[in-house]
Amino acid sequence: MIPVAFEYKKVSSVEEALTSLASGGEGKLLAGGYSLIPAMKLRLNQPALLIDIGDIPALKGIREEDGEIVINAGTTHNDILHNDLIQQHLPFFHEAAKMIGDEQVRNRGTMGGSLAHADPAADWPALVLAADANIELAGTSGKRTLKATEFFTGLFSTELQENEIITAIRVPIPAEGSKSVYLKFENPASRFAIVGCAVLRLPDGRINIAFTGVADFAFRDAGAEKAVSGKTMDDAAMQEAQTAAVVGVDILSDNFASAEYRKHLAKVYLKRALQAVM
Amino acid sequence: MSTTNGMIGKSVKRVEDKRFITGKGRYTDDIVLPLQTYACFVRSPYAHAKIVGVDLEVAKAMPGVVAIYTGADVAAINGVPCGWQVNFKNGDTMKEPKHALLVEDKARYVGDAVAVVIAETREQAKDAAQMVLVDYEELPVTVDAAKAVKPGAPLVHDLAPNNICFDWELGNPKEEVDQALADAAHLTTLEFVNQRVVPNAIEPRSYNAAYDAVSEKYTLYTSTQNPHVIRLLMCAFVLGIPEHKVRVVGPDVGGGFGSKIFHYPEEALLTWATKNINRPIKWTAERTESFLTDAHGRDHVTKAEMGFDTTGKILGLRVKTYANLGAYLSTFGPCVPTYLHGTLLQGLYTTPKINVDVTGVFTNTTPVDAYRGAGRPEATYLLERLMDLAAHEMEMDPAELRLRNFIPPFDGVEQPGFQTQVALQYDSGNYEGVLTKGLEMLGYKEFRQKQQEAAQNGKLLGVGFSTYIEACGIAPSAVVGSLGARAGLFEVGQVRVQPTGKVSVFTGSHAHGQGHETTFAQVVASKLGIPMEDIDIVHGDTDSVAFGMGTYGSRSLAVGGSAIIRSLEKIIEKGKKIAAHRLEANADDMEFEHGQFTVKGTDKSVSFGDVALTAYVPHIYPKDLEPGLDFSSFYDPANFTYPFGCHIAVVEVEKDTGKVALQRFIAVDDVGNIINPMIVEGQIHGGVAQGVGQALFEGAEYDSNGQLTNATYMDYCMPRADDFPLFETATQVTPCPHNPLGVKGAGEAGTIGSTPAVVNAVIDALWSGGHQVKDIRMPLTSERVWRAMQTPVNT
Ligand SMILES: Cc1cc2nc3c(=O)[nH]c(=O)nc-3n(C[C@H](O)[C@H](O)[C@H](O)COP(=O)(O)OP(=O)(O)OC[C@H]3O[C@@H](n4cnc5c(N)ncnc54)[C@H](O)[C@@H]3O)c2cc1C
Repeated sequence: MIPVAFEYKKVSSVEEALTSLASGGEGKLLAGGYSLIPAMKLRLNQPALLIDIGDIPALKGIREEDGEIVINAGTTHNDILHNDLIQQHLPFFHEAAKMIGDEQVRNRGTMGGSLAHADPAADWPALVLAADANIELAGTSGKRTLKATEFFTGLFSTELQENEIITAIRVPIPAEGSKSVYLKFENPASRFAIVGCAVLRLPDGRINIAFTGVADFAFRDAGAEKAVSGKTMDDAAMQEAQTAAVVGVDILSDNFASAEYRKHLAKVYLKRALQAVM
Repeated sequence: MSTTNGMIGKSVKRVEDKRFITGKGRYTDDIVLPLQTYACFVRSPYAHAKIVGVDLEVAKAMPGVVAIYTGADVAAINGVPCGWQVNFKNGDTMKEPKHALLVEDKARYVGDAVAVVIAETREQAKDAAQMVLVDYEELPVTVDAAKAVKPGAPLVHDLAPNNICFDWELGNPKEEVDQALADAAHLTTLEFVNQRVVPNAIEPRSYNAAYDAVSEKYTLYTSTQNPHVIRLLMCAFVLGIPEHKVRVVGPDVGGGFGSKIFHYPEEALLTWATKNINRPIKWTAERTESFLTDAHGRDHVTKAEMGFDTTGKILGLRVKTYANLGAYLSTFGPCVPTYLHGTLLQGLYTTPKINVDVTGVFTNTTPVDAYRGAGRPEATYLLERLMDLAAHEMEMDPAELRLRNFIPPFDGVEQPGFQTQVALQYDSGNYEGVLTKGLEMLGYKEFRQKQQEAAQNGKLLGVGFSTYIEACGIAPSAVVGSLGARAGLFEVGQVRVQPTGKVSVFTGSHAHGQGHETTFAQVVASKLGIPMEDIDIVHGDTDSVAFGMGTYGSRSLAVGGSAIIRSLEKIIEKGKKIAAHRLEANADDMEFEHGQFTVKGTDKSVSFGDVALTAYVPHIYPKDLEPGLDFSSFYDPANFTYPFGCHIAVVEVEKDTGKVALQRFIAVDDVGNIINPMIVEGQIHGGVAQGVGQALFEGAEYDSNGQLTNATYMDYCMPRADDFPLFETATQVTPCPHNPLGVKGAGEAGTIGSTPAVVNAVIDALWSGGHQVKDIRMPLTSERVWRAMQTPVNT
């Protein structure tokens, strides 16, 4: 539980953070520290320099802008949980925030940190995927925006480049009459997701379905979406969605849930989620 | 005993909580000595590997390094001893390989210490330890006790063929039991695993050893349950240092659950090394290190068979257990699956024929030893799972089945103790009482009604029972000696009345969270009729406490408390002489009550405080009496104590996921007389949480390479408050007939009783849905329960 020695630098702007990242090579951003520090204590991660972005004002806060809810990357889980805009427009984000860790984790951990870390069992990835969010990145060579659906690429890996920072998550406000839900079957030890299922049902009949915890990285389930989108959601459609769900996915297996059981749980949770948005 | 100022039976708030809750506790790791150095151990990442070479060159050159030792440096030193000898059936002594302070030839489990680095700071020690280059040659590994005894399994120790440490049996001759079972109308057979669990004290093991070159005295601060035992084992068996040159101090200790009874190699190694470098050395385990190196608990593979007649009367019990002892014998490792397990297989029942056969097995895993309950939970699990299963199989009510088999009530005074088939003699009991009370609290009839309705609505509700007994107050020295203990198990209590009438009590029962400072003070306050504030309970230091055997086996009050009572009796007797002299009366005419020595039938009296002062300022004083008021007693109990109780769990199982929700937990415990009901209830709560933890959440998972795959809290599931309903607890009081307080002990009851109740409840829920499963392996994870429900439904 003792990390390798490292340098520590606190920065006050995104620009300063980017300069620090570009200078040393061995630098790593520190936000809430609730993924990074445990990994460092186990010596799984040994950065030479920690660049603390935890106090950059521009990375904090939630606002409404151009039909989107903009969540700045340094916003904590608890700030999201207690935000009125979120409760009003993105109730499933509100629900998900409640399920992340405990009070301490929610007080420090950030959405940007969670997305960058891309833990296969983290909650936010499922939410940003189901909500068709965009992720804003800043780098030394400028800014770019990625769709959430393009962002996650593998176990703990994303499109984020070494010298880039996530600055904000832009979530389109779902049209009036939308319904959403996030359900999670927790790993009893870590309370991360064994299966997390986020569903957004839009008034035009489209249904977005995203899973986390099931595979190396969170994903949108096109098969399940196709089975139910635009359909009357009767038992048959539900059945079809369950059959189509998590097909062709390489499913995780661990002490608590084998691949077979996880797959079963994904289907059970999909059904519960679909019932919740009926 | 006299309850003069009514402190007995009161839920006095714990006096030690002031410091614990405000962060003012002082634990071993809080102690920093002048010129302090820090140790970090280099541990084998392989479960079984030959050590081909150790290259220290790079590590030695690292900043801050003071010394590095390897197995070769300590090869001449004895290993840490085993404190209990179990013999083979043929009389041969058990196989007892050396448990070296650092391994020289082979590492035998993941975490086995190969070297130690001592440096100026903790960080430097850790950095340098990473640079110790060990050349390992991996060897084949064996982890499962039942498989390790098969021919061809890799050998952990050359001196133990087939990895067998001992084979052992107890009870009636096997043929008699075979016959009883052959004659049975019904035979219930259960093959199961009582899985290995990790103790997880919140304070990791921590040691700080120092040497004073002038006085040639060593001091070891250690997070232990028994400082004197550590001193005895370390001095006499390992290092050969005379005891009077060693002071062992156990400061505040943050939990042990058994794991801090044992003498670990790190303690002796640090004590040895501190003299070499002439500076104090501290080591505190990291959490994953605790997972890997604190002695684990349980790990039995068992086949148990119970025969019944047509009315449900038990005719016999046959048990075969493979007990995993790990890679080395921990201090009490061999005793747990034998004398603390086999001896409890009578349970609460009149079973006329019992035979238990236990094979102790070495494997490439962390050593296994006593863990809260130690052997008794395993015995209870075995019996109580059999009882509920038999009830299902015979279509009998599990409560009724128990009532038909209970030993009838006996108080141990008018009616004699109950002689079991497995060596022990129960002290006193009223077993129907606790079950009847439990059923009442549950509302049994209504529950069964509700369960049926639930089943019709596709919901799975279940109830599980466990009526347990345990042997506590460990124990009469002569008895345990005849059973293989290499130590006595008495306890010491010294009472020193200060000149002003304030009282210091020195007890060998070193607390690690139990609240001794409160309970013991209540006992003393009652007996002497003085306020609790006037009493100080001193424990945990071999320089201030005469001797002690420590805290485990729910023995503190029954044995340690009794020793204090003996000394208090001596104090009062001497006080009477002093008072009589002052009052010009005869000592025989004196009585002592409410803190006053009074001449019987008169109003002539003198207070306890006055007598104390007179003892130290003996101007007007009996001629033949020594001054002072200070007595010490060694109390060796006449028998174990036998607490018992009834635990009932109610669960709901989610059909589509297998998730178990514990809805109710009822615990009716009979722990004899109760000094502080709040502390007893707290012990029950904690114990139940731990026992339910084993049933539903906890389990050390070794893979076939001997890697402990869940050595962090991300992977090893500890029970949490929100996993539990409010516990419904009640007590029944059947006093212990053979100790002065009439107490039996409450420290382990919760852990012993609760585990089978929960598993039985889940299985009952499944039967209510037509899934007639016999067993689900603990911990009952959602997946395991779900899989059990994939079996065909019988209606
Ligand atoms: C006990 C515990 C329980 C938890 N339970 C849950 C749970 O139930 N569900 C869940 O989803 N999570 C859980 N977490 C994880 C928690 O949500 C973390 O806070 C989160 O995953 C990481 O956020 P952070 O701000 O702490 O990031 P940090 O730990 O500071 O950083 C994580 C990684 O992201 C990088 N990073 C951080 N911010 C940025 C940025 N703006 N741009 C680019 N890279 C960045 C860092 O360099 C680092 O590599 C738990 C954590 C703990 C300790």
